[in-house]
Amino acid sequence: MSILIYAESAEGKFKKVAFELASYAKNVAETLGTSVTAITINTNDVSELSNYGVDKVLKVNNPKLAGFTAKAYADAIKQAAQKENSQVIILSSTTDSLYLAPLVSISLEAGFASNVVGLPQKLSPFQVKRNGFSNKAFVTTEITTPIKVLSISKNSYGIFENKSSLAEEDFNPSIEETDFGVKVVSVEKASGKVTIADADIVVSAGRGLKGPENWGMIEELATVLGAATACSKPVSDLGWRPHGEHVGQTGKPVAANLYIAIGVSGAIQHIAGINSSKVKVVINTDPEAPFFKVADYGVVGDAFEIVPKLIEKLKSFKANN
Amino acid sequence: MNILVCISHVPDTTSKINFTDNDTLFDTNGVQFVINPNDEFGLTRAIWFQEQQGANVTVVNVGGPETEPTLRKALAIGANEAIRVNANPTDGFFVAKQLAEVIKNGNYDLVIAGKESLDYNGGMVPGMIAGLLGFNFINSCVALTIEGNSVTASREIDGGKEIVNSQLPLIIGGQKGLVEEKDLRIPNMRGIMTARTKVLTIIEPVGGESKTATVKFEKPAPKSAVKLVSADNLDELISLLHNEAKVI
Repeated sequence: MSILIYAESAEGKFKKVAFELASYAKNVAETLGTSVTAITINTNDVSELSNYGVDKVLKVNNPKLAGFTAKAYADAIKQAAQKENSQVIILSSTTDSLYLAPLVSISLEAGFASNVVGLPQKLSPFQVKRNGFSNKAFVTTEITTPIKVLSISKNSYGIFENKSSLAEEDFNPSIEETDFGVKVVSVEKASGKVTIADADIVVSAGRGLKGPENWGMIEELATVLGAATACSKPVSDLGWRPHGEHVGQTGKPVAANLYIAIGVSGAIQHIAGINSSKVKVVINTDPEAPFFKVADYGVVGDAFEIVPKLIEKLKSFKANN
Repeated sequence: MNILVCISHVPDTTSKINFTDNDTLFDTNGVQFVINPNDEFGLTRAIWFQEQQGANVTVVNVGGPETEPTLRKALAIGANEAIRVNANPTDGFFVAKQLAEVIKNGNYDLVIAGKESLDYNGGMVPGMIAGLLGFNFINSCVALTIEGNSVTASREIDGGKEIVNSQLPLIIGGQKGLVEEKDLRIPNMRGIMTARTKVLTIIEPVGGESKTATVKFEKPAPKSAVKLVSADNLDELISLLHNEAKVI
Protein backbone atom coordinates (compact mmCIF):
# COMPACT_ATOMS: atom_id res chain seq x y z
CA MET A 1 0.00 0.00 0.00
CA SER A 2 3.11 2.12 0.23
CA ILE A 3 3.23 5.29 -1.86
CA LEU A 4 5.77 4.91 -4.64
CA ILE A 5 7.96 7.70 -5.95
CA TYR A 6 10.36 7.60 -8.83
CA ALA A 7 13.44 9.31 -7.37
CA GLU A 8 15.20 10.56 -10.47
CA SER A 9 18.95 10.86 -10.80
CA ALA A 10 21.36 12.11 -13.41
CA GLU A 11 24.83 10.59 -13.73
CA GLY A 12 24.19 8.57 -10.59
CA LYS A 13 23.27 11.54 -8.38
CA PHE A 14 19.78 12.53 -7.28
CA LYS A 15 18.13 15.49 -8.92
CA LYS A 16 16.66 18.00 -6.47
CA VAL A 17 13.13 17.11 -7.57
CA ALA A 18 13.64 13.67 -6.02
CA PHE A 19 13.69 15.30 -2.58
CA GLU A 20 10.63 17.40 -3.32
CA LEU A 21 8.75 14.24 -4.38
CA ALA A 22 9.88 12.47 -1.22
CA SER A 23 8.71 15.39 0.96
CA TYR A 24 5.36 15.47 -0.81
CA ALA A 25 4.88 11.70 -0.65
CA LYS A 26 5.76 11.65 3.05
CA ASN A 27 2.99 14.12 3.81
CA VAL A 28 0.41 12.14 1.80
CA ALA A 29 1.61 8.87 3.34
CA GLU A 30 1.19 10.21 6.87
CA THR A 31 -2.38 11.28 6.12
CA LEU A 32 -3.10 7.86 4.63
CA GLY A 33 -1.29 6.01 7.43
CA THR A 34 1.18 4.37 5.11
CA SER A 35 4.86 4.55 4.15
CA VAL A 36 6.94 5.87 1.25
CA THR A 37 8.92 3.65 -1.10
CA ALA A 38 11.25 5.07 -3.73
CA ILE A 39 12.49 3.38 -6.85
CA THR A 40 15.91 4.49 -8.11
CA ILE A 41 17.58 3.55 -11.38
CA ASN A 42 21.37 3.41 -11.43
CA THR A 43 21.74 5.84 -8.54
CA ASN A 44 25.06 5.43 -6.70
CA ASP A 45 24.25 6.50 -3.16
CA VAL A 46 20.60 6.43 -2.10
CA SER A 47 21.10 7.25 1.59
CA GLU A 48 20.13 10.91 1.13
CA LEU A 49 16.50 9.83 0.75
CA SER A 50 16.42 9.15 4.50
CA ASN A 51 16.58 12.93 5.08
CA TYR A 52 13.20 13.37 3.45
CA GLY A 53 11.07 10.66 4.99
CA VAL A 54 11.52 7.76 2.57
CA ASP A 55 11.08 4.42 4.36
CA LYS A 56 12.26 2.01 1.73
CA VAL A 57 14.18 2.17 -1.51
CA LEU A 58 14.09 -0.33 -4.35
CA LYS A 59 17.45 0.02 -6.07
CA VAL A 60 17.64 -0.95 -9.71
CA ASN A 61 21.19 -1.29 -10.98
CA ASN A 62 21.22 -2.46 -14.55
CA PRO A 63 23.77 -1.43 -17.18
CA LYS A 64 21.07 -1.89 -19.84
CA LEU A 65 19.31 1.11 -18.30
CA ALA A 66 22.38 3.35 -18.43
CA GLY A 67 20.76 5.53 -21.10
CA PHE A 68 17.22 6.75 -20.61
CA THR A 69 14.79 4.31 -22.23
CA ALA A 70 11.22 5.34 -21.52
CA LYS A 71 9.53 1.97 -22.03
CA ALA A 72 12.06 0.06 -19.94
CA TYR A 73 12.03 2.67 -17.15
CA ALA A 74 8.21 2.74 -17.16
CA ASP A 75 8.22 -1.05 -16.99
CA ALA A 76 10.54 -0.99 -13.96
CA ILE A 77 8.32 1.56 -12.19
CA LYS A 78 5.23 -0.51 -12.95
CA GLN A 79 6.81 -3.62 -11.47
CA ALA A 80 7.88 -1.71 -8.37
CA ALA A 81 4.32 -0.41 -7.94
CA GLN A 82 2.96 -3.95 -8.24
CA LYS A 83 5.51 -5.34 -5.79
CA GLU A 84 4.63 -2.67 -3.22
CA ASN A 85 0.93 -2.86 -4.03
CA SER A 86 1.06 0.94 -4.37
CA GLN A 87 -2.17 2.83 -4.94
CA VAL A 88 -0.46 6.18 -5.44
CA ILE A 89 2.56 6.58 -7.73
CA ILE A 90 4.23 9.99 -7.85
CA LEU A 91 6.60 11.33 -10.49
CA SER A 92 8.10 14.76 -11.12
CA SER A 93 7.61 17.13 -14.05
CA THR A 94 11.03 16.74 -15.63
CA THR A 95 11.09 15.96 -19.35
CA ASP A 96 11.92 12.33 -18.56
CA SER A 97 9.20 11.89 -15.94
CA LEU A 98 6.56 13.46 -18.18
CA TYR A 99 7.62 10.92 -20.82
CA LEU A 100 7.22 8.05 -18.35
CA ALA A 101 4.04 8.92 -16.47
CA PRO A 102 1.47 8.21 -19.24
CA LEU A 103 3.16 4.87 -19.99
CA VAL A 104 3.10 3.94 -16.30
CA SER A 105 -0.54 4.95 -15.97
CA ILE A 106 -1.64 2.83 -18.94
CA SER A 107 0.26 -0.22 -17.71
CA LEU A 108 -1.36 0.05 -14.26
CA GLU A 109 -4.79 1.06 -15.64
CA ALA A 110 -4.45 4.13 -13.48
CA GLY A 111 -5.84 7.63 -13.88
CA PHE A 112 -3.15 10.24 -14.31
CA ALA A 113 -3.03 13.90 -13.28
CA SER A 114 -0.09 16.05 -14.39
CA ASN A 115 1.12 19.51 -13.29
CA VAL A 116 -0.21 18.90 -9.80
CA VAL A 117 0.30 21.84 -7.45
CA GLY A 118 -0.10 21.23 -3.75
CA LEU A 119 -1.26 18.29 -1.67
CA PRO A 120 -4.41 16.35 -2.61
CA GLN A 121 -7.43 18.42 -1.63
CA LYS A 122 -9.34 15.28 -0.70
CA LEU A 123 -8.27 11.65 -0.49
CA SER A 124 -11.68 10.06 -0.92
CA PRO A 125 -12.68 10.84 -3.58
CA PHE A 126 -9.11 11.60 -4.63
CA GLN A 127 -8.91 15.21 -5.82
CA VAL A 128 -5.88 17.24 -6.77
CA LYS A 129 -5.39 20.80 -7.95
CA ARG A 130 -3.41 21.20 -11.13
CA ASN A 131 -2.22 23.95 -13.41
CA GLY A 132 -4.18 24.26 -16.62
CA PHE A 133 -4.80 26.66 -19.47
CA SER A 134 -1.08 27.39 -19.56
CA ASN A 135 -1.05 28.62 -15.98
CA LYS A 136 -4.00 30.92 -16.54
CA ALA A 137 -6.22 28.76 -14.32
CA PHE A 138 -6.25 25.89 -11.86
CA VAL A 139 -8.23 22.73 -12.47
CA THR A 140 -9.44 20.48 -9.68
CA THR A 141 -9.25 16.96 -11.06
CA GLU A 142 -10.69 13.83 -9.51
CA ILE A 143 -8.93 10.57 -10.26
CA THR A 144 -11.59 7.89 -10.25
CA THR A 145 -9.48 4.73 -10.59
CA PRO A 146 -8.19 2.67 -7.62
CA ILE A 147 -4.58 3.37 -8.67
CA LYS A 148 -3.50 6.96 -9.17
CA VAL A 149 -0.50 8.41 -10.96
CA LEU A 150 0.52 12.01 -10.27
CA SER A 151 3.21 14.23 -11.65
CA ILE A 152 4.05 17.12 -9.35
CA SER A 153 4.84 20.53 -10.75
CA LYS A 154 8.38 21.56 -9.85
CA ASN A 155 8.78 23.89 -6.86
CA SER A 156 5.08 23.73 -6.06
CA TYR A 157 5.48 21.90 -2.76
CA GLY A 158 9.03 22.43 -1.56
CA ILE A 159 11.62 20.28 0.17
CA PHE A 160 11.13 19.41 3.84
CA GLU A 161 13.59 17.49 5.97
CA ASN A 162 12.15 14.53 7.81
CA LYS A 163 14.58 11.89 9.12
CA SER A 164 13.61 8.30 8.55
CA SER A 165 15.28 4.92 8.74
CA LEU A 166 15.72 3.81 5.19
CA ALA A 167 15.57 0.13 4.22
CA GLU A 168 17.56 -0.52 1.04
CA GLU A 169 16.65 -3.40 -1.22
CA ASP A 170 18.08 -4.45 -4.57
CA PHE A 171 15.37 -4.78 -7.17
CA ASN A 172 15.66 -6.56 -10.51
CA PRO A 173 12.62 -5.91 -12.63
CA SER A 174 12.39 -8.03 -15.76
CA ILE A 175 13.14 -5.88 -18.79
CA GLU A 176 12.04 -7.05 -22.23
CA GLU A 177 13.97 -6.62 -25.48
CA THR A 178 10.86 -4.92 -26.88
CA ASP A 179 11.39 -2.14 -24.32
CA PHE A 180 14.33 -0.94 -26.38
CA GLY A 181 12.54 0.13 -29.56
CA VAL A 182 13.92 3.65 -29.22
CA LYS A 183 17.70 3.74 -28.82
CA VAL A 184 19.78 6.69 -27.71
CA VAL A 185 22.56 7.38 -30.20
CA SER A 186 24.10 10.44 -28.59
CA VAL A 187 23.41 13.15 -26.05
CA GLU A 188 24.15 16.82 -26.62
CA LYS A 189 24.24 18.62 -23.34
CA ALA A 190 26.13 21.72 -22.32
CA SER A 191 28.23 20.67 -19.36
CA GLY A 192 28.65 22.87 -16.32
CA LYS A 193 25.69 25.07 -17.24
CA VAL A 194 22.67 25.43 -14.98
CA THR A 195 19.62 24.19 -16.89
CA ILE A 196 16.29 26.00 -16.88
CA ALA A 197 14.69 22.84 -15.53
CA ASP A 198 17.00 22.61 -12.51
CA ALA A 199 17.54 26.28 -11.81
CA ASP A 200 16.25 28.07 -8.72
CA ILE A 201 16.90 31.38 -10.43
CA VAL A 202 16.38 32.17 -14.10
CA VAL A 203 17.64 35.32 -15.83
CA SER A 204 15.72 35.98 -19.02
CA ALA A 205 16.15 38.64 -21.67
CA GLY A 206 14.13 39.85 -24.62
CA ARG A 207 14.30 41.99 -27.70
CA GLY A 208 15.04 45.00 -25.52
CA LEU A 209 18.65 43.84 -25.60
CA LYS A 210 18.84 44.86 -29.25
CA GLY A 211 21.18 42.10 -30.45
CA PRO A 212 22.87 38.81 -29.56
CA GLU A 213 26.17 40.59 -28.98
CA ASN A 214 24.71 42.16 -25.83
CA TRP A 215 24.10 38.90 -23.98
CA GLY A 216 27.44 38.98 -22.17
CA MET A 217 25.98 40.95 -19.28
CA ILE A 218 22.99 38.58 -19.06
CA GLU A 219 25.31 35.61 -18.80
CA GLU A 220 27.42 37.38 -16.23
CA LEU A 221 24.36 38.25 -14.14
CA ALA A 222 23.29 34.59 -14.34
CA THR A 223 26.75 33.44 -13.26
CA VAL A 224 26.75 35.76 -10.25
CA LEU A 225 23.35 34.42 -9.18
CA GLY A 226 24.03 30.77 -10.07
CA ALA A 227 21.12 31.11 -12.47
CA ALA A 228 20.13 29.66 -15.84
CA THR A 229 19.73 31.97 -18.83
CA ALA A 230 16.53 32.12 -20.86
CA CYS A 231 15.00 34.25 -23.57
CA SER A 232 11.69 35.34 -25.07
CA LYS A 233 10.19 33.81 -28.19
CA PRO A 234 11.12 36.61 -30.63
CA VAL A 235 14.73 36.36 -29.52
CA SER A 236 14.84 32.63 -30.24
CA ASP A 237 12.93 33.10 -33.52
CA LEU A 238 15.49 35.71 -34.59
CA GLY A 239 18.23 33.20 -33.86
CA TRP A 240 19.89 35.44 -31.27
CA ARG A 241 19.76 32.64 -28.72
CA PRO A 242 19.37 28.83 -28.96
CA HIS A 243 15.84 27.40 -28.99
CA GLY A 244 16.50 25.57 -25.76
CA GLU A 245 16.46 28.96 -24.00
CA HIS A 246 13.01 29.97 -25.27
CA VAL A 247 10.60 30.09 -22.36
CA GLY A 248 6.87 30.67 -22.61
CA GLN A 249 3.73 28.92 -23.69
CA THR A 250 5.27 27.16 -26.69
CA GLY A 251 8.75 27.05 -25.19
CA LYS A 252 9.97 25.72 -21.89
CA PRO A 253 7.96 26.27 -18.74
CA VAL A 254 9.74 27.96 -15.84
CA ALA A 255 8.89 27.34 -12.20
CA ALA A 256 11.83 29.02 -10.51
CA ASN A 257 12.07 30.72 -7.13
CA LEU A 258 13.20 33.91 -8.84
CA TYR A 259 12.62 34.94 -12.44
CA ILE A 260 14.31 38.11 -13.67
CA ALA A 261 13.02 39.45 -16.99
CA ILE A 262 15.18 42.03 -18.71
CA GLY A 263 13.89 43.85 -21.78
CA VAL A 264 10.96 41.42 -22.04
CA SER A 265 7.66 43.20 -22.59
CA GLY A 266 5.60 40.35 -21.18
CA ALA A 267 3.34 39.05 -23.94
CA ILE A 268 0.54 36.91 -22.54
CA GLN A 269 2.17 33.75 -23.97
CA HIS A 270 5.47 34.55 -22.24
CA ILE A 271 3.77 35.18 -18.91
CA ALA A 272 1.83 31.91 -19.20
CA GLY A 273 5.08 29.99 -19.42
CA ILE A 274 6.82 31.61 -16.47
CA ASN A 275 3.92 32.35 -14.16
CA SER A 276 4.59 29.40 -11.87
CA SER A 277 7.76 31.14 -10.74
CA LYS A 278 7.48 32.41 -7.19
CA VAL A 279 9.07 35.86 -7.41
CA LYS A 280 9.25 37.87 -10.61
CA VAL A 281 11.45 40.89 -11.23
CA VAL A 282 11.15 43.04 -14.34
CA ILE A 283 13.64 45.53 -15.72
CA ASN A 284 12.25 47.52 -18.65
CA THR A 285 12.47 51.00 -20.11
CA ASP A 286 8.74 51.07 -20.78
CA PRO A 287 6.71 51.56 -17.58
CA GLU A 288 3.63 50.43 -19.53
CA ALA A 289 5.15 47.04 -20.40
CA PRO A 290 2.58 44.35 -19.47
CA PHE A 291 5.22 42.51 -17.44
CA PHE A 292 4.91 45.12 -14.67
CA LYS A 293 1.34 43.91 -14.06
CA VAL A 294 2.49 40.42 -13.08
CA ALA A 295 5.86 41.20 -11.49
CA ASP A 296 6.58 41.45 -7.79
CA TYR A 297 9.42 43.92 -8.17
CA GLY A 298 10.17 46.24 -11.03
CA VAL A 299 12.79 48.71 -12.14
CA VAL A 300 11.93 51.20 -14.89
CA GLY A 301 15.06 52.02 -16.80
CA ASP A 302 17.64 51.12 -19.36
CA ALA A 303 18.97 47.57 -19.03
CA PHE A 304 22.33 48.65 -20.42
CA GLU A 305 22.80 50.93 -17.41
CA ILE A 306 21.02 48.87 -14.77
CA VAL A 307 22.34 45.37 -15.40
CA PRO A 308 26.08 46.19 -15.11
CA LYS A 309 25.38 48.12 -11.89
CA LEU A 310 23.27 45.26 -10.56
CA ILE A 311 26.07 42.78 -11.31
CA GLU A 312 28.58 44.87 -9.33
CA LYS A 313 26.22 45.29 -6.39
CA LEU A 314 25.32 41.59 -6.37
CA LYS A 315 28.98 40.65 -6.40
CA SER A 316 29.64 42.68 -3.26
CA PHE A 317 26.41 41.38 -1.71
CA LYS A 318 27.51 37.79 -2.41
CA ALA A 319 30.95 38.49 -0.98
CA ASN A 320 29.38 39.68 2.29
CA ASN A 321 26.62 37.10 2.66
CA MET B 1 3.87 6.29 -45.64
CA ASN B 2 0.56 6.88 -43.88
CA ILE B 3 0.68 9.63 -41.28
CA LEU B 4 -1.99 10.48 -38.74
CA VAL B 5 -1.76 13.88 -37.08
CA CYS B 6 -3.81 14.31 -33.92
CA ILE B 7 -5.26 17.80 -33.67
CA SER B 8 -6.53 19.39 -30.51
CA HIS B 9 -8.95 22.31 -30.82
CA VAL B 10 -7.80 24.85 -28.22
CA PRO B 11 -8.35 28.50 -27.28
CA ASP B 12 -6.00 30.88 -29.06
CA THR B 13 -2.91 31.60 -26.96
CA THR B 14 -4.00 35.20 -26.37
CA SER B 15 -7.44 34.21 -25.02
CA LYS B 16 -8.69 35.41 -21.70
CA ILE B 17 -9.80 32.37 -19.75
CA ASN B 18 -13.18 32.44 -17.98
CA PHE B 19 -15.54 29.85 -16.56
CA THR B 20 -19.29 29.48 -16.26
CA ASP B 21 -21.80 27.24 -14.49
CA ASN B 22 -20.34 27.80 -11.07
CA ASP B 23 -16.78 27.41 -12.37
CA THR B 24 -17.40 23.95 -13.77
CA LEU B 25 -17.34 24.78 -17.50
CA PHE B 26 -14.89 26.62 -19.70
CA ASP B 27 -16.57 29.72 -21.11
CA THR B 28 -16.16 29.58 -24.88
CA ASN B 29 -17.93 32.92 -25.32
CA GLY B 30 -15.80 35.23 -27.46
CA VAL B 31 -12.95 32.71 -27.59
CA GLN B 32 -11.15 32.10 -30.86
CA PHE B 33 -10.16 28.46 -31.34
CA VAL B 34 -7.01 27.32 -33.13
CA ILE B 35 -5.01 24.20 -33.90
CA ASN B 36 -3.04 23.44 -30.73
CA PRO B 37 0.41 24.97 -31.43
CA ASN B 38 2.31 21.78 -30.55
CA ASP B 39 0.09 19.91 -33.03
CA GLU B 40 0.62 22.54 -35.71
CA PHE B 41 4.39 22.00 -35.64
CA GLY B 42 3.70 18.27 -36.13
CA LEU B 43 1.19 18.88 -38.90
CA THR B 44 3.64 21.09 -40.77
CA ARG B 45 6.33 18.42 -40.52
CA ALA B 46 3.81 15.86 -41.80
CA ILE B 47 3.07 18.10 -44.81
CA TRP B 48 6.82 18.19 -45.46
CA PHE B 49 6.83 14.37 -45.58
CA GLN B 50 3.85 14.54 -47.94
CA GLU B 51 5.58 16.95 -50.30
CA GLN B 52 9.07 15.47 -50.14
CA GLN B 53 8.41 11.76 -49.59
CA GLY B 54 4.91 11.19 -50.91
CA ALA B 55 3.26 10.57 -47.55
CA ASN B 56 -0.50 10.63 -47.11
CA VAL B 57 -1.58 12.85 -44.21
CA THR B 58 -4.80 12.34 -42.26
CA VAL B 59 -5.77 14.65 -39.41
CA VAL B 60 -8.01 13.56 -36.56
CA ASN B 61 -9.76 15.28 -33.72
CA VAL B 62 -11.98 14.04 -30.92
CA GLY B 63 -14.71 16.61 -30.50
CA GLY B 64 -18.15 17.91 -31.38
CA PRO B 65 -19.22 19.56 -34.67
CA GLU B 66 -17.93 22.93 -33.39
CA THR B 67 -14.35 21.67 -33.88
CA GLU B 68 -14.77 21.12 -37.63
CA PRO B 69 -13.43 24.56 -38.65
CA THR B 70 -10.16 23.62 -36.94
CA LEU B 71 -10.00 20.38 -38.96
CA ARG B 72 -10.86 22.29 -42.14
CA LYS B 73 -7.97 24.63 -41.39
CA ALA B 74 -5.65 21.61 -41.16
CA LEU B 75 -7.01 20.46 -44.54
CA ALA B 76 -6.43 23.94 -45.95
CA ILE B 77 -2.83 23.77 -44.76
CA GLY B 78 -2.49 20.60 -46.81
CA ALA B 79 -3.70 17.46 -45.02
CA ASN B 80 -5.29 14.96 -47.44
CA GLU B 81 -8.27 13.97 -45.33
CA ALA B 82 -9.78 14.39 -41.89
CA ILE B 83 -11.55 12.29 -39.29
CA ARG B 84 -13.67 13.61 -36.46
CA VAL B 85 -14.54 11.27 -33.62
CA ASN B 86 -17.90 12.61 -32.60
CA ALA B 87 -17.55 12.81 -28.83
CA ASN B 88 -17.03 15.34 -26.12
CA PRO B 89 -13.51 14.62 -24.84
CA THR B 90 -13.94 13.90 -21.13
CA ASP B 91 -10.31 13.27 -20.22
CA GLY B 92 -6.92 12.44 -21.73
CA PHE B 93 -7.41 8.70 -21.39
CA PHE B 94 -10.75 8.83 -23.20
CA VAL B 95 -9.14 10.76 -26.08
CA ALA B 96 -6.17 8.36 -26.24
CA LYS B 97 -8.55 5.40 -26.31
CA GLN B 98 -10.52 6.89 -29.24
CA LEU B 99 -7.33 7.73 -31.15
CA ALA B 100 -5.87 4.27 -30.53
CA GLU B 101 -9.01 2.82 -32.11
CA VAL B 102 -8.66 5.08 -35.17
CA ILE B 103 -5.01 4.03 -35.50
CA LYS B 104 -5.81 0.31 -35.21
CA ASN B 105 -8.36 0.60 -38.01
CA GLY B 106 -6.30 2.89 -40.21
CA ASN B 107 -2.96 1.24 -40.84
CA TYR B 108 -0.84 4.29 -39.97
CA ASP B 109 2.95 4.12 -39.93
CA LEU B 110 3.52 7.35 -38.08
CA VAL B 111 1.29 9.12 -35.57
CA ILE B 112 2.14 12.68 -34.57
CA ALA B 113 0.44 14.37 -31.63
CA GLY B 114 1.49 17.50 -29.78
CA LYS B 115 3.34 16.73 -26.55
CA GLU B 116 0.61 18.67 -24.72
CA SER B 117 -2.44 20.75 -25.47
CA LEU B 118 -2.55 24.33 -24.32
CA ASP B 119 -5.95 24.01 -22.65
CA TYR B 120 -5.84 21.13 -20.19
CA ASN B 121 -2.05 20.72 -20.40
CA GLY B 122 -2.41 17.04 -19.59
CA GLY B 123 0.60 15.99 -21.66
CA MET B 124 -0.62 12.42 -21.66
CA VAL B 125 -2.35 11.59 -24.95
CA PRO B 126 0.65 10.55 -27.11
CA GLY B 127 2.17 8.44 -24.31
CA MET B 128 -1.14 6.79 -23.55
CA ILE B 129 -1.69 5.91 -27.22
CA ALA B 130 1.79 4.36 -27.25
CA GLY B 131 0.98 2.45 -24.07
CA LEU B 132 -2.33 1.20 -25.46
CA LEU B 133 -0.88 0.09 -28.82
CA GLY B 134 2.64 -0.90 -27.79
CA PHE B 135 4.12 1.34 -30.50
CA ASN B 136 7.56 2.90 -30.27
CA PHE B 137 7.23 6.36 -28.75
CA ILE B 138 9.37 9.49 -28.75
CA ASN B 139 8.19 12.38 -26.60
CA SER B 140 9.23 16.07 -26.75
CA CYS B 141 10.44 15.42 -30.27
CA VAL B 142 12.27 18.38 -31.88
CA ALA B 143 13.52 16.82 -35.13
CA LEU B 144 12.36 13.87 -37.19
CA THR B 145 13.65 12.22 -40.36
CA ILE B 146 12.50 8.94 -41.88
CA GLU B 147 14.13 6.68 -44.49
CA GLY B 148 12.11 3.57 -45.28
CA ASN B 149 11.18 2.24 -41.85
CA SER B 150 14.09 3.72 -40.07
CA VAL B 151 13.67 6.83 -37.94
CA THR B 152 16.19 9.32 -36.60
CA ALA B 153 14.87 11.88 -34.16
CA SER B 154 15.96 14.35 -31.51
CA ARG B 155 14.31 14.58 -28.20
CA GLU B 156 14.54 17.59 -25.95
CA ILE B 157 15.97 16.78 -22.53
CA ASP B 158 16.55 19.07 -19.58
CA GLY B 159 19.57 21.11 -20.63
CA GLY B 160 20.07 19.72 -24.11
CA LYS B 161 18.91 17.11 -26.53
CA GLU B 162 19.27 13.44 -27.27
CA ILE B 163 19.54 11.85 -30.72
CA VAL B 164 17.60 8.59 -30.96
CA ASN B 165 16.99 5.85 -33.53
CA SER B 166 13.80 3.91 -33.92
CA GLN B 167 11.56 2.08 -36.38
CA LEU B 168 8.08 2.63 -37.74
CA PRO B 169 5.35 2.30 -36.60
CA LEU B 170 5.99 5.13 -34.22
CA ILE B 171 4.19 7.72 -32.09
CA ILE B 172 5.64 11.19 -31.69
CA GLY B 173 4.89 13.72 -28.95
CA GLY B 174 5.78 16.80 -30.98
CA GLN B 175 6.62 20.41 -30.32
CA LYS B 176 8.40 23.41 -31.79
CA GLY B 177 11.57 22.22 -33.48
CA LEU B 178 9.83 19.60 -35.65
CA VAL B 179 9.66 22.64 -37.89
CA GLU B 180 10.54 26.22 -37.08
CA GLU B 181 8.04 28.97 -36.41
CA LYS B 182 8.80 30.53 -39.80
CA ASP B 183 7.89 27.26 -41.56
CA LEU B 184 4.32 27.30 -40.22
CA ARG B 185 1.83 27.90 -42.99
CA ILE B 186 -1.08 30.24 -43.27
CA PRO B 187 -3.69 28.62 -45.53
CA ASN B 188 -3.95 30.35 -48.91
CA MET B 189 -7.17 30.84 -50.87
CA ARG B 190 -6.58 27.77 -53.00
CA GLY B 191 -5.97 25.66 -49.91
CA ILE B 192 -9.14 26.96 -48.29
CA MET B 193 -11.18 26.23 -51.44
CA THR B 194 -9.87 22.67 -51.86
CA ALA B 195 -10.32 22.00 -48.14
CA ARG B 196 -14.07 22.40 -48.60
CA THR B 197 -14.25 19.34 -50.83
CA LYS B 198 -11.75 17.12 -49.02
CA VAL B 199 -13.16 14.13 -47.16
CA LEU B 200 -14.06 14.69 -43.52
CA THR B 201 -15.28 11.42 -42.06
CA ILE B 202 -17.32 11.46 -38.87
CA ILE B 203 -17.09 8.35 -36.75
CA GLU B 204 -18.81 7.49 -33.51
CA PRO B 205 -16.73 6.91 -30.36
CA VAL B 206 -15.97 3.49 -28.95
CA GLY B 207 -17.05 2.87 -25.40
CA GLY B 208 -14.46 3.58 -22.79
CA GLU B 209 -14.80 5.23 -19.49
CA SER B 210 -12.72 8.16 -18.33
CA LYS B 211 -10.25 7.74 -15.52
CA THR B 212 -10.39 11.31 -14.29
CA ALA B 213 -13.06 13.99 -14.00
CA THR B 214 -12.87 17.75 -13.84
CA VAL B 215 -14.47 18.96 -10.63
CA LYS B 216 -14.01 22.69 -10.97
CA PHE B 217 -11.91 25.51 -12.33
CA GLU B 218 -10.39 28.39 -10.49
CA LYS B 219 -8.58 31.51 -11.58
CA PRO B 220 -5.42 32.52 -9.73
CA ALA B 221 -5.92 35.14 -7.02
CA PRO B 222 -5.32 38.66 -8.30
CA LYS B 223 -1.77 39.81 -7.81
CA SER B 224 -0.77 42.62 -5.55
CA ALA B 225 0.78 45.58 -7.37
CA VAL B 226 4.40 45.57 -8.39
CA LYS B 227 6.87 47.23 -6.02
CA LEU B 228 8.87 49.70 -8.07
CA VAL B 229 12.46 50.34 -7.17
CA SER B 230 14.38 53.32 -8.51
CA ALA B 231 17.12 52.56 -11.00
CA ASP B 232 19.43 54.60 -8.76
CA ASN B 233 18.69 52.47 -5.75
CA LEU B 234 19.50 48.90 -6.75
CA ASP B 235 20.68 48.18 -3.19
CA GLU B 236 17.03 48.36 -2.23
CA LEU B 237 16.17 45.73 -4.87
CA ILE B 238 18.85 43.41 -3.53
CA SER B 239 17.66 43.99 0.00
CA LEU B 240 14.04 43.24 -0.95
CA LEU B 241 15.05 40.04 -2.74
CA HIS B 242 17.16 39.00 0.23
CA ASN B 243 15.09 40.07 3.23
CA GLU B 244 11.53 40.17 1.98
CA ALA B 245 11.29 37.64 -0.84
CA LYS B 246 14.17 35.53 0.55
CA VAL B 247 15.17 34.28 -2.88
CA ILE B 248 18.83 35.34 -2.94
